[in-house]
Amino acid sequence: MSQNDIIESITGKTVQKKKSKIPARLDLLQSISGLFLALFIVFHLIFESSILLGKESMYSLTKMFEADFIIEGGSPLIISMLAIIISILFVFHAFLAMRKFPRSYREHLRLKTHAKMLKHTDTNLWILQITTGFMLFFLGAIHLYTMMSQPQNIGPYASSDRIYTDLMWAMYLLLLVSVVLHTGAGVYRLIIKWGIFDGKNPRRNRILSKNIIKAVVVFYLFIGLYSLATYMKIGYEHKDNYGERYHSTSEVNHAS
Amino acid sequence: MSREITITALKYNPSDADSQPTFETYTLEETPGMTLYIALTKIKATIDHDLSSDFVCRAGICGACGMVVNGKPSLACKTLTSSFPEGKIDLLPLPTFPLIKDLSVDTGSWMQKMNIRVNSWIVANEPTDISKIEKRISPDVADEVFELDRCIECGLCVASCSTSLMKEDFVGAVGLSRIARFSIDPYDSRTDEDFYELIGDDDGIFGCMSLLACEDHCPKELPLQTKIAYMRRKMVMV
Repeated sequence: MSQNDIIESITGKTVQKKKSKIPARLDLLQSISGLFLALFIVFHLIFESSILLGKESMYSLTKMFEADFIIEGGSPLIISMLAIIISILFVFHAFLAMRKFPRSYREHLRLKTHAKMLKHTDTNLWILQITTGFMLFFLGAIHLYTMMSQPQNIGPYASSDRIYTDLMWAMYLLLLVSVVLHTGAGVYRLIIKWGIFDGKNPRRNRILSKNIIKAVVVFYLFIGLYSLATYMKIGYEHKDNYGERYHSTSEVNHAS
Repeated sequence: MSREITITALKYNPSDADSQPTFETYTLEETPGMTLYIALTKIKATIDHDLSSDFVCRAGICGACGMVVNGKPSLACKTLTSSFPEGKIDLLPLPTFPLIKDLSVDTGSWMQKMNIRVNSWIVANEPTDISKIEKRISPDVADEVFELDRCIECGLCVASCSTSLMKEDFVGAVGLSRIARFSIDPYDSRTDEDFYELIGDDDGIFGCMSLLACEDHCPKELPLQTKIAYMRRKMVMV
Protein backbone atom coordinates (compact mmCIF):
# COMPACT_ATOMS: atom_id res chain seq x y z
CA MET A 1 0.00 0.00 0.00
CA SER A 2 1.35 3.42 -0.91
CA GLN A 3 2.07 6.01 1.74
CA ASN A 4 0.00 8.48 -0.29
CA ASP A 5 -3.10 6.30 0.13
CA ILE A 6 -2.51 6.02 3.87
CA ILE A 7 -2.09 9.79 4.19
CA GLU A 8 -5.26 10.47 2.18
CA SER A 9 -7.29 7.89 4.10
CA ILE A 10 -6.35 9.56 7.40
CA THR A 11 -6.34 13.24 6.49
CA GLY A 12 -8.91 13.27 3.71
CA LYS A 13 -6.38 15.13 1.54
CA THR A 14 -3.67 14.01 -0.87
CA VAL A 15 0.00 14.64 -0.08
CA GLN A 16 -0.34 17.88 -2.07
CA LYS A 17 -2.98 18.87 0.54
CA LYS A 18 -5.64 18.78 -2.17
CA LYS A 19 -8.90 16.88 -2.54
CA SER A 20 -8.59 13.68 -4.54
CA LYS A 21 -9.73 13.83 -8.17
CA ILE A 22 -10.94 10.22 -7.94
CA PRO A 23 -14.60 11.14 -7.06
CA ALA A 24 -14.72 13.28 -10.24
CA ARG A 25 -13.29 10.46 -12.36
CA LEU A 26 -15.69 7.92 -10.84
CA ASP A 27 -18.69 10.16 -11.49
CA LEU A 28 -17.68 10.60 -15.13
CA LEU A 29 -16.81 6.92 -15.60
CA GLN A 30 -20.16 5.87 -14.16
CA SER A 31 -21.88 7.99 -16.81
CA ILE A 32 -19.58 6.88 -19.66
CA SER A 33 -19.88 3.16 -18.82
CA GLY A 34 -23.66 3.57 -18.51
CA LEU A 35 -23.80 5.36 -21.87
CA PHE A 36 -21.82 2.58 -23.62
CA LEU A 37 -24.03 -0.10 -22.06
CA ALA A 38 -27.15 1.85 -23.06
CA LEU A 39 -25.91 2.11 -26.66
CA PHE A 40 -25.14 -1.61 -26.64
CA ILE A 41 -28.66 -2.44 -25.39
CA VAL A 42 -30.28 -0.13 -27.95
CA PHE A 43 -28.61 -2.04 -30.81
CA HIS A 44 -28.74 -5.46 -29.14
CA LEU A 45 -32.52 -5.38 -28.76
CA ILE A 46 -32.96 -4.24 -32.36
CA PHE A 47 -30.72 -7.06 -33.63
CA GLU A 48 -32.38 -9.58 -31.32
CA SER A 49 -35.80 -8.59 -32.68
CA SER A 50 -34.69 -9.48 -36.21
CA ILE A 51 -36.63 -12.70 -35.54
CA LEU A 52 -39.76 -10.63 -36.22
CA LEU A 53 -38.61 -10.42 -39.86
CA GLY A 54 -38.27 -14.21 -40.04
CA LYS A 55 -35.87 -17.00 -39.13
CA GLU A 56 -33.68 -16.33 -42.15
CA SER A 57 -33.14 -12.68 -41.16
CA MET A 58 -32.16 -13.63 -37.61
CA TYR A 59 -29.86 -16.36 -38.90
CA SER A 60 -28.15 -14.02 -41.38
CA LEU A 61 -27.60 -11.41 -38.69
CA THR A 62 -26.19 -14.01 -36.28
CA LYS A 63 -23.77 -15.20 -38.92
CA MET A 64 -22.81 -11.64 -39.75
CA PHE A 65 -21.82 -11.09 -36.09
CA GLU A 66 -19.84 -14.29 -36.27
CA ALA A 67 -18.01 -12.63 -39.20
CA ASP A 68 -19.00 -15.21 -41.82
CA PHE A 69 -18.06 -12.65 -44.47
CA ILE A 70 -14.39 -13.20 -43.63
CA ILE A 71 -14.42 -16.54 -41.76
CA GLU A 72 -16.16 -19.40 -43.53
CA GLY A 73 -19.22 -20.47 -41.54
CA GLY A 74 -18.54 -17.72 -38.96
CA SER A 75 -16.83 -18.00 -35.58
CA PRO A 76 -18.95 -17.99 -32.37
CA LEU A 77 -15.75 -17.06 -30.51
CA ILE A 78 -16.39 -13.46 -31.62
CA ILE A 79 -19.65 -13.50 -29.65
CA SER A 80 -17.76 -14.85 -26.61
CA MET A 81 -15.25 -12.03 -26.90
CA LEU A 82 -18.03 -9.45 -27.16
CA ALA A 83 -19.75 -10.99 -24.12
CA ILE A 84 -16.49 -10.75 -22.14
CA ILE A 85 -16.05 -7.06 -23.06
CA ILE A 86 -19.67 -6.28 -22.13
CA SER A 87 -19.30 -8.26 -18.87
CA ILE A 88 -16.28 -6.20 -17.85
CA LEU A 89 -18.16 -2.98 -18.61
CA PHE A 90 -21.24 -4.33 -16.80
CA VAL A 91 -19.31 -5.22 -13.61
CA PHE A 92 -17.46 -1.89 -13.73
CA HIS A 93 -20.71 0.07 -14.11
CA ALA A 94 -22.44 -1.94 -11.34
CA PHE A 95 -19.47 -1.35 -9.03
CA LEU A 96 -19.61 2.43 -9.62
CA ALA A 97 -23.41 2.66 -9.39
CA MET A 98 -23.49 0.72 -6.11
CA ARG A 99 -21.92 3.73 -4.38
CA LYS A 100 -25.30 5.47 -4.56
CA PHE A 101 -27.42 2.64 -3.17
CA PRO A 102 -28.98 3.14 0.28
CA ARG A 103 -27.13 0.87 2.69
CA SER A 104 -28.21 1.00 6.32
CA TYR A 105 -31.70 0.35 7.69
CA ARG A 106 -32.04 4.06 8.46
CA GLU A 107 -31.18 5.06 4.90
CA HIS A 108 -33.66 2.54 3.50
CA LEU A 109 -36.41 3.70 5.86
CA ARG A 110 -35.82 7.37 5.16
CA LEU A 111 -35.79 6.84 1.40
CA LYS A 112 -38.90 4.64 1.47
CA THR A 113 -41.04 7.00 3.56
CA HIS A 114 -39.70 10.06 1.73
CA ALA A 115 -40.50 8.66 -1.72
CA LYS A 116 -43.96 7.46 -0.68
CA MET A 117 -44.90 10.83 0.79
CA LEU A 118 -43.22 13.01 -1.84
CA LYS A 119 -44.84 11.29 -4.87
CA HIS A 120 -42.13 12.82 -7.05
CA THR A 121 -41.67 11.24 -10.49
CA ASP A 122 -37.89 11.58 -10.75
CA THR A 123 -37.36 10.29 -7.20
CA ASN A 124 -39.57 7.27 -7.98
CA LEU A 125 -37.71 6.84 -11.25
CA TRP A 126 -34.46 6.56 -9.33
CA ILE A 127 -35.95 3.92 -7.04
CA LEU A 128 -36.98 2.05 -10.20
CA GLN A 129 -33.42 2.51 -11.47
CA ILE A 130 -31.79 1.00 -8.35
CA THR A 131 -34.39 -1.81 -8.17
CA THR A 132 -33.88 -2.82 -11.81
CA GLY A 133 -30.12 -2.31 -11.38
CA PHE A 134 -30.16 -4.75 -8.47
CA MET A 135 -32.14 -7.27 -10.56
CA LEU A 136 -29.64 -6.89 -13.39
CA PHE A 137 -26.76 -7.94 -11.11
CA PHE A 138 -28.22 -11.43 -11.30
CA LEU A 139 -30.21 -11.54 -14.55
CA GLY A 140 -27.52 -9.83 -16.61
CA ALA A 141 -24.84 -12.11 -15.13
CA ILE A 142 -26.81 -15.25 -16.15
CA HIS A 143 -27.32 -14.00 -19.71
CA LEU A 144 -23.74 -12.83 -20.16
CA TYR A 145 -22.30 -16.07 -18.84
CA THR A 146 -24.56 -18.05 -21.20
CA MET A 147 -23.34 -15.97 -24.13
CA MET A 148 -19.71 -16.35 -23.06
CA SER A 149 -19.91 -20.10 -22.56
CA GLN A 150 -22.35 -21.10 -25.32
CA PRO A 151 -21.93 -18.60 -28.16
CA GLN A 152 -22.61 -21.35 -30.69
CA ASN A 153 -26.17 -21.68 -29.37
CA ILE A 154 -27.48 -18.53 -30.99
CA GLY A 155 -29.85 -18.85 -33.90
CA PRO A 156 -33.54 -19.17 -34.75
CA TYR A 157 -33.82 -22.71 -33.35
CA ALA A 158 -30.98 -22.68 -30.80
CA SER A 159 -32.21 -19.48 -29.12
CA SER A 160 -35.86 -20.60 -29.26
CA ASP A 161 -34.99 -24.00 -27.73
CA ARG A 162 -33.11 -22.24 -24.94
CA ILE A 163 -36.02 -19.90 -24.28
CA TYR A 164 -38.85 -22.46 -24.50
CA THR A 165 -37.57 -25.97 -23.78
CA ASP A 166 -34.76 -24.92 -21.41
CA LEU A 167 -37.29 -22.74 -19.54
CA MET A 168 -35.20 -19.60 -19.82
CA TRP A 169 -38.21 -17.52 -20.88
CA ALA A 170 -38.97 -16.36 -17.33
CA MET A 171 -35.41 -15.12 -16.89
CA TYR A 172 -35.48 -13.39 -20.27
CA LEU A 173 -38.84 -11.79 -19.51
CA LEU A 174 -37.53 -10.27 -16.27
CA LEU A 175 -34.24 -9.37 -17.93
CA LEU A 176 -35.97 -7.62 -20.83
CA VAL A 177 -38.28 -5.54 -18.63
CA SER A 178 -35.57 -4.60 -16.13
CA VAL A 179 -32.92 -3.77 -18.75
CA VAL A 180 -35.27 -1.61 -20.84
CA LEU A 181 -36.58 0.30 -17.81
CA HIS A 182 -33.08 0.67 -16.36
CA THR A 183 -31.66 1.90 -19.66
CA GLY A 184 -34.52 4.36 -20.17
CA ALA A 185 -34.20 5.79 -16.66
CA GLY A 186 -30.41 5.85 -16.97
CA VAL A 187 -30.37 7.75 -20.26
CA TYR A 188 -32.85 10.29 -18.89
CA ARG A 189 -30.64 10.69 -15.82
CA LEU A 190 -27.58 11.24 -18.03
CA ILE A 191 -29.39 13.97 -19.96
CA ILE A 192 -30.38 15.79 -16.76
CA LYS A 193 -27.17 15.16 -14.84
CA TRP A 194 -24.92 16.72 -17.46
CA GLY A 195 -27.46 19.25 -18.78
CA ILE A 196 -27.17 17.80 -22.30
CA PHE A 197 -30.43 19.22 -23.71
CA ASP A 198 -30.92 22.17 -21.34
CA GLY A 199 -31.19 24.65 -24.23
CA LYS A 200 -32.92 27.96 -23.66
CA ASN A 201 -35.81 26.40 -21.76
CA PRO A 202 -34.41 23.64 -19.51
CA ARG A 203 -37.71 22.99 -17.71
CA ARG A 204 -39.61 22.42 -20.95
CA ASN A 205 -36.75 20.37 -22.39
CA ARG A 206 -36.68 18.20 -19.26
CA ILE A 207 -40.35 17.29 -19.81
CA LEU A 208 -39.68 16.77 -23.52
CA SER A 209 -36.69 14.50 -22.77
CA LYS A 210 -38.79 12.48 -20.35
CA ASN A 211 -41.62 12.05 -22.86
CA ILE A 212 -39.25 11.02 -25.67
CA ILE A 213 -37.55 8.47 -23.38
CA LYS A 214 -40.98 7.12 -22.32
CA ALA A 215 -41.96 6.61 -25.97
CA VAL A 216 -38.65 4.88 -26.74
CA VAL A 217 -39.04 2.62 -23.67
CA VAL A 218 -42.56 1.63 -24.78
CA PHE A 219 -41.23 0.89 -28.30
CA TYR A 220 -38.40 -1.26 -26.95
CA LEU A 221 -40.68 -3.11 -24.54
CA PHE A 222 -43.05 -3.79 -27.42
CA ILE A 223 -40.45 -5.16 -29.84
CA GLY A 224 -38.73 -7.03 -26.99
CA LEU A 225 -41.89 -8.74 -25.76
CA TYR A 226 -43.07 -9.44 -29.31
CA SER A 227 -39.69 -11.01 -30.11
CA LEU A 228 -39.75 -13.09 -26.93
CA ALA A 229 -43.22 -14.34 -27.81
CA THR A 230 -41.98 -15.19 -31.32
CA TYR A 231 -39.01 -17.16 -29.91
CA MET A 232 -41.48 -18.95 -27.59
CA LYS A 233 -43.70 -19.87 -30.56
CA ILE A 234 -40.74 -21.15 -32.59
CA GLY A 235 -39.46 -23.05 -29.52
CA TYR A 236 -42.86 -24.67 -28.97
CA GLU A 237 -43.12 -25.73 -32.62
CA HIS A 238 -39.53 -27.00 -32.54
CA LYS A 239 -39.70 -28.82 -29.19
CA ASP A 240 -39.75 -32.28 -30.73
CA ASN A 241 -36.57 -31.48 -32.65
CA TYR A 242 -34.73 -29.93 -29.70
CA GLY A 243 -31.06 -29.51 -30.47
CA GLU A 244 -31.48 -29.36 -34.23
CA ARG A 245 -29.88 -26.26 -35.74
CA TYR A 246 -31.34 -23.92 -38.34
CA HIS A 247 -29.88 -24.02 -41.82
CA SER A 248 -30.11 -21.10 -44.16
CA THR A 249 -32.47 -21.53 -47.12
CA SER A 250 -29.52 -20.79 -49.42
CA GLU A 251 -27.49 -23.59 -47.76
CA VAL A 252 -30.44 -26.00 -48.10
CA ASN A 253 -30.94 -25.04 -51.77
CA HIS A 254 -27.22 -25.39 -52.40
CA ALA A 255 -27.14 -28.84 -50.74
CA SER A 256 -30.13 -30.08 -52.76
CA MET B 1 -69.45 29.08 1.38
CA SER B 2 -66.84 28.05 3.93
CA ARG B 3 -66.01 24.45 4.76
CA GLU B 4 -64.40 22.59 7.62
CA ILE B 5 -60.83 21.43 7.16
CA THR B 6 -58.82 19.01 9.27
CA ILE B 7 -55.15 19.54 9.93
CA THR B 8 -53.06 16.74 11.40
CA ALA B 9 -49.67 17.68 12.80
CA LEU B 10 -46.82 15.77 14.39
CA LYS B 11 -46.37 16.73 18.02
CA TYR B 12 -43.11 15.93 19.72
CA ASN B 13 -40.63 17.73 21.90
CA PRO B 14 -37.26 15.95 21.77
CA SER B 15 -35.91 18.02 24.65
CA ASP B 16 -38.69 16.80 26.96
CA ALA B 17 -38.00 13.29 28.24
CA ASP B 18 -41.72 12.69 28.87
CA SER B 19 -42.80 13.75 25.37
CA GLN B 20 -44.12 10.97 23.09
CA PRO B 21 -44.27 11.49 19.30
CA THR B 22 -47.93 11.61 18.32
CA PHE B 23 -50.24 12.98 15.63
CA GLU B 24 -52.80 15.58 16.70
CA THR B 25 -55.79 16.39 14.52
CA TYR B 26 -57.47 19.81 14.53
CA THR B 27 -60.74 20.76 12.86
CA LEU B 28 -61.34 24.37 11.93
CA GLU B 29 -63.41 26.50 9.61
CA GLU B 30 -61.69 27.60 6.42
CA THR B 31 -61.80 31.30 5.62
CA PRO B 32 -61.38 32.90 2.17
CA GLY B 33 -57.73 33.11 1.09
CA MET B 34 -56.61 31.13 4.14
CA THR B 35 -52.99 30.08 4.03
CA LEU B 36 -51.56 27.28 6.08
CA TYR B 37 -49.75 29.88 8.15
CA ILE B 38 -53.10 31.55 8.99
CA ALA B 39 -54.64 28.16 9.80
CA LEU B 40 -51.78 27.29 12.15
CA THR B 41 -52.02 30.68 13.84
CA LYS B 42 -55.75 30.07 14.35
CA ILE B 43 -55.09 26.62 15.81
CA LYS B 44 -52.44 28.01 18.16
CA ALA B 45 -54.73 30.86 19.26
CA THR B 46 -57.96 28.90 19.72
CA ILE B 47 -57.32 25.14 19.96
CA ASP B 48 -53.77 24.21 20.99
CA HIS B 49 -51.50 26.86 22.52
CA ASP B 50 -48.75 24.28 22.78
CA LEU B 51 -48.37 23.64 19.02
CA SER B 52 -45.06 24.97 17.71
CA SER B 53 -44.26 26.15 14.20
CA ASP B 54 -41.97 28.84 12.83
CA PHE B 55 -42.73 32.01 10.91
CA VAL B 56 -41.34 35.51 10.45
CA CYS B 57 -42.35 37.37 7.28
CA ARG B 58 -45.63 35.63 6.29
CA ALA B 59 -44.86 36.55 2.67
CA GLY B 60 -42.56 33.86 1.26
CA ILE B 61 -39.45 35.96 1.82
CA CYS B 62 -37.81 34.71 5.00
CA GLY B 63 -38.16 30.95 4.46
CA ALA B 64 -38.85 30.24 8.14
CA CYS B 65 -42.19 28.44 7.79
CA GLY B 66 -41.03 25.44 5.76
CA MET B 67 -42.74 22.16 6.61
CA VAL B 68 -43.84 18.97 4.91
CA VAL B 69 -47.42 19.47 3.70
CA ASN B 70 -49.15 16.29 2.55
CA GLY B 71 -45.74 14.81 1.82
CA LYS B 72 -44.36 17.82 -0.04
CA PRO B 73 -41.91 20.32 1.47
CA SER B 74 -43.67 23.70 1.23
CA LEU B 75 -43.79 27.14 2.81
CA ALA B 76 -46.85 27.43 5.08
CA CYS B 77 -47.30 31.10 4.18
CA LYS B 78 -47.42 30.35 0.43
CA THR B 79 -49.74 27.35 0.70
CA LEU B 80 -53.46 27.98 0.40
CA THR B 81 -55.68 25.56 2.32
CA SER B 82 -58.08 25.73 -0.64
CA SER B 83 -55.47 23.92 -2.75
CA PHE B 84 -56.46 20.70 -0.95
CA PRO B 85 -59.89 19.77 -2.32
CA GLU B 86 -60.53 17.10 0.31
CA GLY B 87 -59.77 19.56 3.11
CA LYS B 88 -57.37 17.16 4.83
CA ILE B 89 -53.85 18.42 5.46
CA ASP B 90 -51.04 16.42 7.11
CA LEU B 91 -48.10 18.36 8.49
CA LEU B 92 -44.63 17.15 9.40
CA PRO B 93 -41.46 19.03 10.32
CA LEU B 94 -38.82 19.27 7.57
CA PRO B 95 -36.60 16.19 7.70
CA THR B 96 -32.77 16.44 7.74
CA PHE B 97 -32.80 19.47 10.06
CA PRO B 98 -32.64 19.14 13.87
CA LEU B 99 -36.17 19.02 15.30
CA ILE B 100 -36.86 21.72 17.91
CA LYS B 101 -40.51 20.91 18.63
CA ASP B 102 -43.57 19.79 16.62
CA LEU B 103 -43.25 21.57 13.24
CA SER B 104 -40.36 23.76 14.27
CA VAL B 105 -36.88 22.83 13.03
CA ASP B 106 -33.45 24.42 13.26
CA THR B 107 -32.56 25.27 9.66
CA GLY B 108 -30.28 28.12 10.83
CA SER B 109 -27.50 25.95 12.27
CA TRP B 110 -27.55 23.70 9.19
CA MET B 111 -27.36 26.67 6.82
CA GLN B 112 -24.58 28.29 8.85
CA LYS B 113 -22.53 25.09 8.72
CA MET B 114 -23.17 24.76 4.98
CA ASN B 115 -22.23 28.40 4.28
CA ILE B 116 -18.98 28.00 6.18
CA ARG B 117 -18.23 24.74 4.44
CA VAL B 118 -18.71 26.13 0.91
CA ASN B 119 -17.07 29.48 1.81
CA SER B 120 -20.20 31.29 0.76
CA TRP B 121 -18.63 34.70 0.30
CA ILE B 122 -16.68 36.67 -2.29
CA VAL B 123 -12.98 35.94 -2.30
CA ALA B 124 -11.01 38.67 -4.06
CA ASN B 125 -7.28 38.70 -4.66
CA GLU B 126 -7.05 42.46 -4.75
CA PRO B 127 -8.07 44.75 -1.90
CA THR B 128 -11.22 46.74 -2.60
CA ASP B 129 -10.61 50.42 -3.21
CA ILE B 130 -13.90 52.08 -2.24
CA SER B 131 -12.77 55.43 -3.68
CA LYS B 132 -12.99 53.97 -7.20
CA ILE B 133 -16.01 52.88 -9.19
CA GLU B 134 -16.40 49.10 -9.27
CA LYS B 135 -15.38 47.37 -12.46
CA ARG B 136 -18.31 46.84 -14.80
CA ILE B 137 -19.91 43.47 -15.42
CA SER B 138 -22.40 42.65 -18.15
CA PRO B 139 -26.10 42.80 -17.23
CA ASP B 140 -26.57 39.18 -18.31
CA VAL B 141 -23.90 37.97 -15.88
CA ALA B 142 -25.27 40.20 -13.12
CA ASP B 143 -28.75 38.79 -13.73
CA GLU B 144 -27.42 35.25 -13.46
CA VAL B 145 -25.68 36.03 -10.17
CA PHE B 146 -28.66 37.90 -8.69
CA GLU B 147 -31.01 35.13 -9.78
CA LEU B 148 -29.14 32.71 -7.49
CA ASP B 149 -28.97 35.34 -4.76
CA ARG B 150 -32.76 35.08 -4.50
CA CYS B 151 -32.30 31.89 -2.43
CA ILE B 152 -33.96 32.34 0.97
CA GLU B 153 -32.34 29.28 2.57
CA CYS B 154 -35.73 27.86 3.53
CA GLY B 155 -34.36 24.31 3.35
CA LEU B 156 -37.11 22.90 1.11
CA CYS B 157 -34.53 21.75 -1.45
CA VAL B 158 -32.66 19.89 1.30
CA ALA B 159 -35.84 18.33 2.72
CA SER B 160 -36.97 17.13 -0.71
CA CYS B 161 -33.58 15.64 -1.65
CA SER B 162 -33.12 11.87 -1.32
CA THR B 163 -29.34 12.21 -0.97
CA SER B 164 -29.70 14.77 1.84
CA LEU B 165 -32.06 12.44 3.65
CA MET B 166 -29.66 9.51 3.43
CA LYS B 167 -26.35 11.34 3.85
CA GLU B 168 -26.26 13.94 6.60
CA ASP B 169 -23.09 15.63 5.33
CA PHE B 170 -24.40 16.24 1.80
CA VAL B 171 -24.16 19.95 1.02
CA GLY B 172 -27.54 20.01 -0.78
CA ALA B 173 -28.79 22.03 -3.74
CA VAL B 174 -28.59 25.19 -1.63
CA GLY B 175 -24.83 24.69 -1.12
CA LEU B 176 -24.21 23.79 -4.76
CA SER B 177 -26.15 26.82 -5.98
CA ARG B 178 -24.09 29.06 -3.65
CA ILE B 179 -20.92 27.75 -5.27
CA ALA B 180 -22.44 28.27 -8.75
CA ARG B 181 -23.30 31.84 -7.77
CA PHE B 182 -19.70 32.68 -6.81
CA SER B 183 -18.31 30.75 -9.74
CA ILE B 184 -20.28 33.00 -12.13
CA ASP B 185 -19.48 36.23 -10.26
CA PRO B 186 -16.57 38.09 -11.95
CA TYR B 187 -15.76 39.77 -8.62
CA ASP B 188 -14.79 36.40 -7.17
CA SER B 189 -11.24 35.47 -8.05
CA ARG B 190 -11.45 31.79 -7.09
CA THR B 191 -10.65 29.23 -9.77
CA ASP B 192 -12.39 25.95 -10.50
CA GLU B 193 -9.54 24.24 -8.60
CA ASP B 194 -10.48 26.30 -5.54
CA PHE B 195 -14.16 25.40 -5.87
CA TYR B 196 -13.21 21.74 -6.29
CA GLU B 197 -11.60 21.86 -2.86
CA LEU B 198 -14.99 22.89 -1.45
CA ILE B 199 -17.41 20.57 -3.26
CA GLY B 200 -15.31 18.02 -5.16
CA ASP B 201 -16.43 14.92 -3.27
CA ASP B 202 -19.39 12.61 -2.61
CA ASP B 203 -20.75 15.02 0.02
CA GLY B 204 -20.61 17.74 -2.61
CA ILE B 205 -21.36 17.82 -6.33
CA PHE B 206 -20.66 14.12 -6.91
CA GLY B 207 -23.18 13.09 -4.23
CA CYS B 208 -26.00 14.72 -6.21
CA MET B 209 -28.02 12.13 -8.13
CA SER B 210 -29.92 14.72 -10.22
CA LEU B 211 -33.37 13.66 -9.02
CA LEU B 212 -34.35 17.35 -9.15
CA ALA B 213 -36.83 17.26 -6.26
CA CYS B 214 -34.90 20.40 -5.19
CA GLU B 215 -35.81 22.21 -8.40
CA ASP B 216 -39.41 20.99 -8.28
CA HIS B 217 -39.99 22.17 -4.68
CA CYS B 218 -37.98 25.41 -4.62
CA PRO B 219 -40.49 28.14 -3.65
CA LYS B 220 -38.36 30.74 -5.45
CA GLU B 221 -38.15 28.62 -8.63
CA LEU B 222 -34.38 28.90 -8.81
CA PRO B 223 -32.68 27.27 -11.83
CA LEU B 224 -31.14 24.47 -9.75
CA GLN B 225 -31.28 21.90 -12.57
CA THR B 226 -29.04 23.90 -14.88
CA LYS B 227 -26.72 25.29 -12.21
CA ILE B 228 -26.00 21.90 -10.62
CA ALA B 229 -25.29 20.43 -14.10
CA TYR B 230 -23.09 23.47 -14.82
CA MET B 231 -21.05 22.90 -11.64
CA ARG B 232 -20.80 19.17 -12.33
CA ARG B 233 -19.41 19.82 -15.81
CA LYS B 234 -16.91 22.29 -14.38
CA MET B 235 -15.79 20.13 -11.46
CA VAL B 236 -15.36 16.97 -13.50
CA MET B 237 -12.91 18.80 -15.79
CA VAL B 238 -10.68 20.03 -12.93
